[in-house]
Amino acid sequence: MATEKSISVWGDRVHPKVKISGTGSPVVYLHGGYGPTDTELVEELAKHHTVYAPEHPGLSAGDEDAIKALDDFWDLVLYYYDLFDKLGLKSPAVVGHSFGAMVAAEVAATDPTRVSKLVLINALGLWRDAYPVANYVITAQTKLPELLFRDPHHPALKRIVLNPEDQQGFIRITWSLGCTSKFYWPIPDKGLKKRLHRITAPTLILWGKEDKVVAPIYAEDFRKAIHDAKVEMIASGAHMMTLEDPGKVAAAVTKFLK
Amino acid sequence: MKISMFHLMPYRDLPADFEQRYNSVWVDPPYWELADSNKVGQYYNWTLDELIHAANNGIDGICVNEHHQNAYGFMPNPDLMGSILARATNGTDVAIVQMGSTLPTSNPPIRVAEEYSMIDCISGGRMVAGMPLGTSQDVNLCYGISPIEQRERYYEAHDLIIKAWTAKEIFPWNGKYFKLPMVNIWPRPIQKPHPPIWIPGSGSLSTWDFSARNDHCYCFLSYWGNNFGKRVMDGWWDFVAKGNHDPNPYRAGFLQLVAVSETDASAEKDYYQHIRYFYDKCLHIQPEYFPVAGNQDYKSLVNSVTKLNPQMFDLMGKIPTWKYKDFIDNQFVIAGSPKTVTQQLMEAVKKLRVGNLMVLLHIGSMPHELTMKNVELFCKEVLPNFRDVWDGEWENKWWPEKLRGARGTNAIANGGNGKSGGKSRPAHA
Repeated sequence: MATEKSISVWGDRVHPKVKISGTGSPVVYLHGGYGPTDTELVEELAKHHTVYAPEHPGLSAGDEDAIKALDDFWDLVLYYYDLFDKLGLKSPAVVGHSFGAMVAAEVAATDPTRVSKLVLINALGLWRDAYPVANYVITAQTKLPELLFRDPHHPALKRIVLNPEDQQGFIRITWSLGCTSKFYWPIPDKGLKKRLHRITAPTLILWGKEDKVVAPIYAEDFRKAIHDAKVEMIASGAHMMTLEDPGKVAAAVTKFLK
Repeated sequence: MKISMFHLMPYRDLPADFEQRYNSVWVDPPYWELADSNKVGQYYNWTLDELIHAANNGIDGICVNEHHQNAYGFMPNPDLMGSILARATNGTDVAIVQMGSTLPTSNPPIRVAEEYSMIDCISGGRMVAGMPLGTSQDVNLCYGISPIEQRERYYEAHDLIIKAWTAKEIFPWNGKYFKLPMVNIWPRPIQKPHPPIWIPGSGSLSTWDFSARNDHCYCFLSYWGNNFGKRVMDGWWDFVAKGNHDPNPYRAGFLQLVAVSETDASAEKDYYQHIRYFYDKCLHIQPEYFPVAGNQDYKSLVNSVTKLNPQMFDLMGKIPTWKYKDFIDNQFVIAGSPKTVTQQLMEAVKKLRVGNLMVLLHIGSMPHELTMKNVELFCKEVLPNFRDVWDGEWENKWWPEKLRGARGTNAIANGGNGKSGGKSRPAHA
């Protein structure tokens, strides 16, 4: 049974909704730039774990101005320790996708004792000039499907592509992109490479072979920089494989977390 | 009433199929494919000539603005143009209207305070200090400023600039976005307490609130003419009334595209292709660039998506099908004989209650000679009809004090400003 809990964090300045589901050892799931769209993946993970899926600051309905309370990654990382404390989590496993993986890596690097296991899925956070990370925030809507999905007609694209006739969706997607990209704009490289060596948590780097946003070569960059890390590629996985292949992603994650 | 000539400084010679082949006129049009720097040099010089020609023919002010990576207008530092214009018009009583240095991207903001002071000093106290928030394209994409932080940076920069101009102490500035140990700028402007401040906006409530609270002139800059503009300006005046500010028309600025020819028929012959160029090519912008996600705060985002966007997209969808008559009927452009232009512009000014009007006399691909003709016809045949509008009823507090009389009557134009040190000399045509 999933419950939604609204908690007060960061000196009562941020009130994120956290979806809590399943039973078993705790896993915190950090979503990517489009907001908490990965409902199927979270459901799968909840079959084996208690999953805590917080909404990124500013995304929870009625709490939009909370985004003003956090200025940079330093604030954001410490905010997550506050959030873990409020949920009674000492050292959960943390799984992050895309922007959420960048956050997860920083959380695992800053205070390594707060993350027992780490999964980075198609992670932002590193930069190679020859493989620039695609800026999906400003990609034309007509080009988004092929950029993000393997199947450019996948039904989950409704949660991603702006549609003027779905006004609520338009607002929600735009606001999610704005609140998440705040922390890395204009380029998702905020110095994580200097800090990856601090991660002690056993780490799974899960990458889609067809990721057109962050090229698969980055998986190896992460693996080399993290002490106890291994890479698993998902053949034909695109950047949003959390939406497109939730079963495959969940299987790889739960196997690793056993 | 005061009327200024606005110039965007566009690339006048984009290929005919530009909007079919290229993604956007702004941010990502590749310079190396589209532009010739020799032509560009010519364009900058023509732009200066066209503005000076207006100054020589009686316009009250000459205006430049700032844009980046933008083929419809690229004066990345408008103060370079403003300083040339200040020098070229020395000894005259035309205002140098900087519309203006984009605040959030000027780092540190005291650079704007210093440059504006230089222009004010060089010109003998003739500048108007525009303080734009800046478009999403310029600020978030070209200059990499986080969309969600832009407005706060702007407010802080504004406060810092005004303090730098007016403080009677050397001060540290410990802001959220800018930190400076000892602010003490040299020079300071001639005008006291500082040059009048104009705030360009495109209809957001927070800009109205900001302009009214700080007693600045609010300028609605859009290319969609005065019918569309009325809705915004009505909102501004409501806001002014609610805040108990006086309805002084000089509190409002507005930009109107204007094209004057000998007759209404010859106006279409002269100008339609350039109007077409402007609306088809100059406004061909990728939608995700304006604004970038996060640039609008949540309330404005909701308002845009639920109220403004449907109207806007509807209108934008029609423009490619429009003929000359449609641009005129919808008042996107006021064009025709001097009599027609005078009549329509007068209606627009009264209906929007604008005291500080700006007219865009160079449109899109207009070549130099045609622009000079438009400038001359406007200044000689249209402008004189507007001299007395609002006169006697209201004071233009948002205009340099030395220039509040009609052109030619101000002491500074007759060698009466001993402080400037510039020789009284005619501006070069």
